Amino acid sequence: MNIEVRGVTKKFGRFTAVDDVSLTVPAGELVALLGPSGSGKTSLLRIIAGLEAPDAGAVLFEGEDQARRDVRHRRVGFVFQHYALFRHMTVFENVAFGLRVRPRGSRPPGVEIRAKVMDLLKLVQLDWLADRRPSELSGGQRQRVALARALAVEPKVLLLDEPFGSLDARIRQELRRWLRRLHDDIRLTSVFVTHDQEEALDVADRVVVMNHGRIEQVGAPDEVFEHPATPFVMTFLGQSATFAGRVQGGKAFLGPLAVDFPGHPHEEARPAAGYTRPHEMEVGRAENGGGGLWATLRHLSPAGAVVKLELADAEGRSFQAEVNREQHETLRARVGERLYVRPRKLRIFVEPR
Amino acid sequence: MRRALTEPPLVRGALLAVALVFLAIFLVMPLVAVFAQALEKGFGAYLTALREPDAWAAIRLTLLTAAITVPLNLVFGLAASWAIAKFEFPGKGTLLTLIDLPFAVSPVISGMIFVLLFGRQGLLGPFLGAHDVKVIFAFPGIVLATVFVTFPFVARELIPVMQALGNEEEEAARVLGAGGWQIFFRVTLPNVKWGVLYGVILCNARAMGEFGAVSVVSGHIRGLTNTIPLHVEILYNEYNFQAAFAVASLLAFLALVTLVVKSLIEWRARSVASREEHVREAA
Repeated sequence: MNIEVRGVTKKFGRFTAVDDVSLTVPAGELVALLGPSGSGKTSLLRIIAGLEAPDAGAVLFEGEDQARRDVRHRRVGFVFQHYALFRHMTVFENVAFGLRVRPRGSRPPGVEIRAKVMDLLKLVQLDWLADRRPSELSGGQRQRVALARALAVEPKVLLLDEPFGSLDARIRQELRRWLRRLHDDIRLTSVFVTHDQEEALDVADRVVVMNHGRIEQVGAPDEVFEHPATPFVMTFLGQSATFAGRVQGGKAFLGPLAVDFPGHPHEEARPAAGYTRPHEMEVGRAENGGGGLWATLRHLSPAGAVVKLELADAEGRSFQAEVNREQHETLRARVGERLYVRPRKLRIFVEPR
Repeated sequence: MRRALTEPPLVRGALLAVALVFLAIFLVMPLVAVFAQALEKGFGAYLTALREPDAWAAIRLTLLTAAITVPLNLVFGLAASWAIAKFEFPGKGTLLTLIDLPFAVSPVISGMIFVLLFGRQGLLGPFLGAHDVKVIFAFPGIVLATVFVTFPFVARELIPVMQALGNEEEEAARVLGAGGWQIFFRVTLPNVKWGVLYGVILCNARAMGEFGAVSVVSGHIRGLTNTIPLHVEILYNEYNFQAAFAVASLLAFLALVTLVVKSLIEWRARSVASREEHVREAA
């Protein structure tokens, strides 16, 4: 089932959490709402679920307006950031809850509930913990119970709020691969909120980058990473070096860099900034071809698959570059040495008027 | 939490002795004295004093008052703590202060308030008189005063518990399709049940033991409007010490039961907490 968000606005007092957001989540996709804290991503998720009412705009499931449908009847599965498991119930009863509270007519008989819950617990690989209390489980296990509980009511959409937020790094990695596989199996329209760009790029079919209650960009992971629509998306998704300056007459003058910029042929100068990712820089000792800058190597971390160089330009502004092992072996740069750095890819954003 | 002791043994011993002597003089001795006096003339006389019609009437009245007061305050306490913990609304601070009012006012004043309101010369006196309803110097007055004096207990106990629990479990239940009552009985209540029980026990102990407020509104009519504490006072004033202490021993016994149940609840809460901690450490 697809989800459509139309012009949704939500204010809390004077603070605008969600500002006229429109978004379509195609059926069967796994979409990430990505943004820093306070960007409105969780508010948007809660509005889709029906846990918050928007001040303006509409949420549609399969073209049907959900405004008058209470959260109870929306058939959404919601996984809370801190799981919100019922602490006084066993794992089994947690998962069975959604079925047990159904009105008498539509409530499945006990045997059926039992079979269904055990199936779900097998799906999340926790059937052996059915009789435990949530307090006796690890974080990753709790997360999976929360997921099984959400799936028990056969939701039409699955919404997850920072699903891996409170887990440690290793379990987080495991669980997100697992969630991706699970999604590939059940193909349930899913939206998850995260502030971790790596997580969003790794798991999602489509990433929605949010900032200040607005959507900055929507796209496939490689699309938003390689072709960011705004400086915010560029800087939020991974590391980048920034060169501030101006564009004028078809050229960009960004600090120590001077490159062609046909995007602004006018004689009038406009403030602009160029962004490059660390791995997109060529580091050498000669100005072959130009278009780069001279910088001093301040620090070098040679451990790992890529070698990280911390550099400083002529005015002392520092930025990072990365080279792979082979390049490092041939270059053999030493701290304090002056190197020529040429951005292979420079994304220039002219400041809007 | 165990900390390494640094004080010399002498200081430790002195502190301990002071505490123990204090405890013995102000808590243990009176308690023992109550039971000793009550049983002074033997167990037979003890039972006779309790079986005496006026004493029996006082016991029944006290039980009945508690039986009405405690459920009322339970409902009020649940409603108030739910509202305060789960919603934001204007006047929340005022409500919190008002809940504490009975703790802040002397019980005698509480009783006076009801005399001023419902007494013959009171605000509602003419109206009540015209409809032949007797509140002051009658059973309803006793219940009103007791409800007033004891209403903070359950609410005060539950507000911090509910605030600590937050809203998430209720929200989860709602998303899973549960209705309001289902959420309350299946999620909220089980989570706060120990707090509820604790509040109820304290509320009950106070409801049965309240003297000041009830004394003002009851009128001390023997066999009719005397609760246990009032009856004890009357017997005492009549120099009937053995009977007075026999009846008083019931209240002392109630206090002991309250303490035992309270420690059981606390012990249970602690053991649950420490078990959870163990599991977390293991995981």
